[in-house]
Amino acid sequence: MDYAVWIILFPLIGVIVNGLIARKWPEKVVGWFASLMIMASFVVALMLTIQLAGMDPHHRAMEVKFFSWISVGQLNLDFAFLIDPLSAIMMLVVTGISSLIHIYSIGYMHGDSRFRVFFTYLNLFVFFMLILVLGNSYPIMFIGWEGVGLCSYLLIGFWWEDMQKATAGMKAFVVNRIGDFGMLVAMFLIFKHLGSLTFSEVYPAAAELWGHHVDAAPVIAITLMLLLGAAGKSAQFPLYVWLPDAMAGPTPVSALIHAATMVTAGVYMIARSSMLYMLAPTSMTVVALVGAFTAIFAATIGIKQFDIKKVLAYSTVSQLGYMVMATGVAAFGAGVFHLMTHAFFKALLFLGSGAVIHTMHGALHHVDDHHTDPQDIRNMGGLRKKIPVTYWTFLLATLAIAGIPGFSGFFSKDEILASTFAHGSYLPYALGLIAAVITAFYMFRLVYLTFHGDYKGPEGSEEGIHESPKVMTVPLMILAFLSIVGGYVGLPVVFGEHAHVLKGWLEPVFEPAYEAVHYHPHHPSIGMEWMLIATSVVAALAGIFVARNMYITKGLVAKSDKEQTGFGKVLWKKYYVDEIYAAGVIKPLIDGSKVLWQKFDAAFIDSILVIGTAKTVRWIGGGLRKVQTGVVGNYAVMLVVGVILVLAALLLR
Amino acid sequence: MSLWLSAIVFIPLLGSLLVLATPRSRQALVRGVAFTVMGIDFLVSLPLFWAFNSESAAFQFVEKASWIPSLGISYHMGLDGISLLLVLLTTFLGPIVVLGSSAVTKHLKAYFVSMLLLQTGMLGTFVALDLFLFYVFWEVMLIPMYFLIGIWGGDRRIYAALKFFIYTMVGSLLMLVGILWIYFNVNVPGVGHTFDYTLIMQHASFPVSAQLWLFAAFALAFAIKVPMFPFHTWLPDAHVQAPTAGSVILAGVLLKMGTYGYIRFAMPMFPDGVDYFKPLLLTLAVIGIVYGALVSIVQPDMKKLVAYSSVSHLGFVMLGLFALNEQAVSGALIQMINHGLSTGALFLLVGVVYDRRHTRMIAEYGGIAKVMPWYAVIFTIVTLSSIGMPGLNGFVGEFLILVGAYKASPVAAVIGATGVILAAIYMLWMLRRVFFGPITNKANESLTDLKPVEWASLLPLLVFIVWIGVHPNTFLSKFSASIETFLTQVVR
Repeated sequence: MDYAVWIILFPLIGVIVNGLIARKWPEKVVGWFASLMIMASFVVALMLTIQLAGMDPHHRAMEVKFFSWISVGQLNLDFAFLIDPLSAIMMLVVTGISSLIHIYSIGYMHGDSRFRVFFTYLNLFVFFMLILVLGNSYPIMFIGWEGVGLCSYLLIGFWWEDMQKATAGMKAFVVNRIGDFGMLVAMFLIFKHLGSLTFSEVYPAAAELWGHHVDAAPVIAITLMLLLGAAGKSAQFPLYVWLPDAMAGPTPVSALIHAATMVTAGVYMIARSSMLYMLAPTSMTVVALVGAFTAIFAATIGIKQFDIKKVLAYSTVSQLGYMVMATGVAAFGAGVFHLMTHAFFKALLFLGSGAVIHTMHGALHHVDDHHTDPQDIRNMGGLRKKIPVTYWTFLLATLAIAGIPGFSGFFSKDEILASTFAHGSYLPYALGLIAAVITAFYMFRLVYLTFHGDYKGPEGSEEGIHESPKVMTVPLMILAFLSIVGGYVGLPVVFGEHAHVLKGWLEPVFEPAYEAVHYHPHHPSIGMEWMLIATSVVAALAGIFVARNMYITKGLVAKSDKEQTGFGKVLWKKYYVDEIYAAGVIKPLIDGSKVLWQKFDAAFIDSILVIGTAKTVRWIGGGLRKVQTGVVGNYAVMLVVGVILVLAALLLR
Repeated sequence: MSLWLSAIVFIPLLGSLLVLATPRSRQALVRGVAFTVMGIDFLVSLPLFWAFNSESAAFQFVEKASWIPSLGISYHMGLDGISLLLVLLTTFLGPIVVLGSSAVTKHLKAYFVSMLLLQTGMLGTFVALDLFLFYVFWEVMLIPMYFLIGIWGGDRRIYAALKFFIYTMVGSLLMLVGILWIYFNVNVPGVGHTFDYTLIMQHASFPVSAQLWLFAAFALAFAIKVPMFPFHTWLPDAHVQAPTAGSVILAGVLLKMGTYGYIRFAMPMFPDGVDYFKPLLLTLAVIGIVYGALVSIVQPDMKKLVAYSSVSHLGFVMLGLFALNEQAVSGALIQMINHGLSTGALFLLVGVVYDRRHTRMIAEYGGIAKVMPWYAVIFTIVTLSSIGMPGLNGFVGEFLILVGAYKASPVAAVIGATGVILAAIYMLWMLRRVFFGPITNKANESLTDLKPVEWASLLPLLVFIVWIGVHPNTFLSKFSASIETFLTQVVR
């Protein structure tokens, strides 16, 4: 087991070598070195998983302790990993997708002046992400949690010469800090009530303390605070606002951090805390509603976006909503399943969009056009013939996310919807189903406007559009393959009792939580299951049909910004949420702080209290000075008056 | 009896004579002498870390000699887990502040003499175990600091120096009255009246009513030094006017005198006073955290921003001290060290650009990561330390403080934790405005990156910023026994 540490040492070596040593190395060496480190990490993850699979299913967990980190009184925190079926899935997804995206980035970042820095940050990200998913306690998880937030900040603002991008990075960090505040408070509560922060101690203690009366106030508080943390990292309403802005970062970053891995940390954390959530049904309801609402809310915004990455960003927020909703209906396994399939197809969508932007950028540059936005889908169209590999892989991913049977997203999304329905959470189910229609619609709108129809870019630029180099397209093809087959580890129950391999694999992780409250996951009957599948398929097809009708048949060209009206404008303006935050939170904070500083600190405390005291002292001193006239006669008079007063006081006592 | 502690305390004082003996015209030599003295002092103190027995809460390396026997005053020094790291922090910062003084040219000899005297005063304060001796060192510190601000400071240096002096003096006088009261009211069998701290702790038990005002007198003196809200308004002025090295010492060590005063004297001597005033002090600590952070957000001057952030950080320390449990108090102690390292580094970093551009206004900068990439990297790391990024030192302190504080007062801990959000806002916003975006001010286009001497002053700090973050147990283990004893003294 001791070799487990290499899973984080490889990326760390990458950080140190590329950050400090590789200053004069050529691009290719830097990029491949970083990629190799992550691939080595992936191999370690595979070895650990194989070793795990060889263990007895009921004791399939190992803790690897490296050193004692903080130890004060009752609080004993080790720097240690917990390797169990859940963290195994996470580390495989993280290292696997990261490897592909590292390789892709060698092509995408080619020629960037800070190429080396980019790969340093990317390695650092993997390092922290692995600590996040492997930590055996909340504080160790939190090291990773904040660490990936830092990398996200650095990578969103990677091109910081552009103030907007630097601001987007800062926004991401600060909004995430609000979530982290929730994480911190949750940890304080857990430590106070359960006396530990280590997973293997917290959960049994919680089951013992609250198992017989669920919904105790402390456990509701803990789980809601954890939800706040998850809402920050996994971009749930109302803290999702940073994620669309995070698209300012280079596209591989959007794919890796802001779609496939980091943003799923909140879902992972809730799944990890399944015991606590099962003990707090009220919080579960809140979780399901937040997830469902986020799913539909973000999906509607996606309808009206024109930036190819913004559409995908809102789509990510929406899909994360599905995952959170799944955990809210105790379908933790389904949430993790969708986390995995989403990592495949959303990473692919982002990398595909990156290939589009990459070539659009080049094409526009080619005709010396620096005004046309290379990310605006209104300037694209008809690209499928020019960049077929990008197109076909993009299309496969779109079919997956839309929920077309046979593709990975279908299985996982359907399982979430079926579980939600079976759980009796009809409102979240309904919201999720409508969101599925909208998802299919906005994704096909994106495909049609980008790849179909006629090219709408500036004249002559069409010649500059080329397929990306192999280093970029091969990762696309691998991800496309995964986007299809990734779903077959979780076949629905209609294909047999044990068709769902993933569920069986994860069972030992969630079983104790179910047992603690004697919960039996609801399964729809086979007939009902078929009905639900049919409904999902119809929903997806409906969305595609409407999109096809609008953008292919009728050829409705998207309107320019100024023509947006009515509800469409509200959607285009993202429900004005950023504006509301600016006016309702940021401005009062700044103005209030100014008042505190100028009126309270400077004017009241300093000028009135402090300087005032000094002036009073001087005034009294000045008064007393006049008494000291130096005339002996005056002193004699005062002496006599004093004696008389003292005598009077004594006599009258 | 060893003279180890005396050596550590007085090497700077003796060194100041060496500086005086150096010809004024040879500036480099003057610097070299000052650096060597500080360096030797650090090297002499360093083995304390290993020689110290962390299993024991007793004072170690004790030196005791009668000084003015007729008044019960003794030369009594000793070190326990609480003062060990503070002494080492002080000697560690010594050579660093000499390096951070490269921009000073005026009255250079007098400058380093002041620095060295200050060092002696601070070290003495941390090891004194006689109230009178403590008070002497406490006041001795004040004078060189007054000169450092008043002679080598900025445009409003006289105002700031006077304000610093009077503010601190007012508090100190009340403490002096308290010390004298103790002297006259403690009568140790066979010894008589005494200023001796250990004797007082062993033999004296003050009536509750006396404890209340005694605690109040000591607490006020220390609250001003910390500084706690609302006694903090001397700090921004002092910091802004002080030269870089003065700010580093002020933030790094001098502010710790206040919190140290609480944990060494005010709290263990007057537990009933602690009990009575605890709600008030917890409230002020929490207000300090939030208030300091909010005011930091809107500061246009980098130094002032860091100064106000100190009010917030020291609020955390006070919250930890008065939460009165192992986690919180340990957190408070390690946070005292952390603040010395991180804020010290921040002042050095502000000094770097100030030396080049002679302005600290955030608006004067923008986009300078382009011309000073390494400076930007270091500034970012220190910022992360300051805002409590796990893996760096700040997190360990804040986390322990808040985890402990939650057990004592959930409301205080939750409000205090909002300081973590606000810290990210004020620090990252400054970072963004100073470093990112295009270079808008022509004057910044030719800025040069960190010089070797600047690297030399910053790297040692970074080592400990990372060390404490990754392996805090190295340091936490040193004072756990002392904190246990402290808690038995204070919690009844």
